[in-house]
Amino acid sequence: MKQKCDKCDKPAVVHTTDIIGGQKIEKHLCEDCASGEGITIKAGAEITQLLEDFVLQTSRGQESADLKCGVCGMTWADFGQHGLLGCPNDYDRFERPLRPLLARAHEGATQHIGKTPCRAGADQKVQTAILRLRAELNAAIAAEDYEKAARLRDRIKNLEHP
Amino acid sequence: MKLTDLTHRAGEWLRGEGPMHDVVISSRIRLARNLAGMPFLARCSDQQKKELEGRLRDEILAAAIAREMLYIDIAAAGELDRQLLVERHLISRQHADAKHPRGVAVSGSETIAIMVNEEDHLRIQVLRSGLQLADAIGEINRIDDLLEERLPFAFHGRYGYLTACPTNVGTGLRVSVMLHLPALKMSGQIEKAFRAARDMHLAIRGLFGEGTEAQGDFFQVSNQTTLGKSEEQIIDEFLNVMVPQFIEYERKARQSLVRKRAIAIDDKISRAMALLRSARLISSEETMYLLSLVRMGVDLGRIKGIELKTINEMFLMSQPAHLQRAAGHEMSPLQRGELRADYLRRMIDGAK
Repeated sequence: MKQKCDKCDKPAVVHTTDIIGGQKIEKHLCEDCASGEGITIKAGAEITQLLEDFVLQTSRGQESADLKCGVCGMTWADFGQHGLLGCPNDYDRFERPLRPLLARAHEGATQHIGKTPCRAGADQKVQTAILRLRAELNAAIAAEDYEKAARLRDRIKNLEHP
Repeated sequence: MKLTDLTHRAGEWLRGEGPMHDVVISSRIRLARNLAGMPFLARCSDQQKKELEGRLRDEILAAAIAREMLYIDIAAAGELDRQLLVERHLISRQHADAKHPRGVAVSGSETIAIMVNEEDHLRIQVLRSGLQLADAIGEINRIDDLLEERLPFAFHGRYGYLTACPTNVGTGLRVSVMLHLPALKMSGQIEKAFRAARDMHLAIRGLFGEGTEAQGDFFQVSNQTTLGKSEEQIIDEFLNVMVPQFIEYERKARQSLVRKRAIAIDDKISRAMALLRSARLISSEETMYLLSLVRMGVDLGRIKGIELKTINEMFLMSQPAHLQRAAGHEMSPLQRGELRADYLRRMIDGAK
């Protein structure tokens, strides 16, 4: 008899073995339950596709879909459509739904342990402030308010080269 | 240095040498970097994209990264030149086809190529012939440090270097090797090898990277995980665990083919040589297939008198944009087929 899905009675079509922290974890799932776990069975599916599927699931009928970055205007649902984030601040704004996704994409890791910039001058608060000013600058240019645009440019310059 | 200088010779990384060159054609490392205080490209206004392109171009050229550095404005380049850069693996297809302000800085030896305004603001790439990742990581670190002196990169205490796509975040490091696996394919073991690779969190792609089909037994294998491991760790695993397995599988498969089916292998290789020597019209796909067999024949000592370097050069120069650039004008597929056949015949005969 065919093996049944771990979660329901349908036949299992996806069989995975993960080694996490030295422990072997086997899963046998039907197509629906597998996709519910963010596992796709498309052969050779690009990782970006995997992400998109995952984002769509997390945004369906949840408050995550309405999450919006106040700096770049990107929503979690936008991200789900294109798989690309809008600005550095999104990593903080979308942290809650993003973190499990990072773990899935990076063998469970959610913490960088590699190289750090030698001149770690990129103070995050300042960088986010610059990002906000740039968004305001775009709006000023669009509204043809060049005086305001000039003021904003000066402020950006001052923050970039204190 | 001009773009046309590139047309007539093969890049340094295709010279067919380097460790494990029987299976590993080339190694590539790339780092994804974005400027702090700037949106990622998806949320940049046209004005901001232009600003970014200008600023990054100036800083790359001022950073004295290599003795000779050529910057190519891709938006202003013609279709043929863009295609040429793709065929030389200096830019991605997506970068060639995009519409916004963008560019690439290429070093004289073509071992460094820095894409500006691709998916991330900067994609720094270092290429090497054969399996030379330790050397490549040293080089790319040096370039990253030079650029970092001039540019503030978006960096997060927890998530590391921030990238437009979360699959690149952390180190922003993608290591890949281009492998020639004709025997695994011929003996029907390639799917098994790929499954093993996926279990090791590796991605397998075609000759031209993301979204491309494998052609003529060439495959690009790269790491998927960029977060939670150090750069050294990623390179180490790749260099000491994953790639050697592929090399060993392929070498074993080649030896077993010679042992068990020598006459069938020699027949295939000889037919490939005969076709290359006498075809009057030939497509790039067929060329790729035939050259793949010849390459294996040379490695196994079944054919004498041709160097791997010559075969690698034939792979490169017989591609559509290279043929047209060499001819100096655009050509129909039929015309290209004729010129390609002429070129290959000359190369094979000259090599004897």
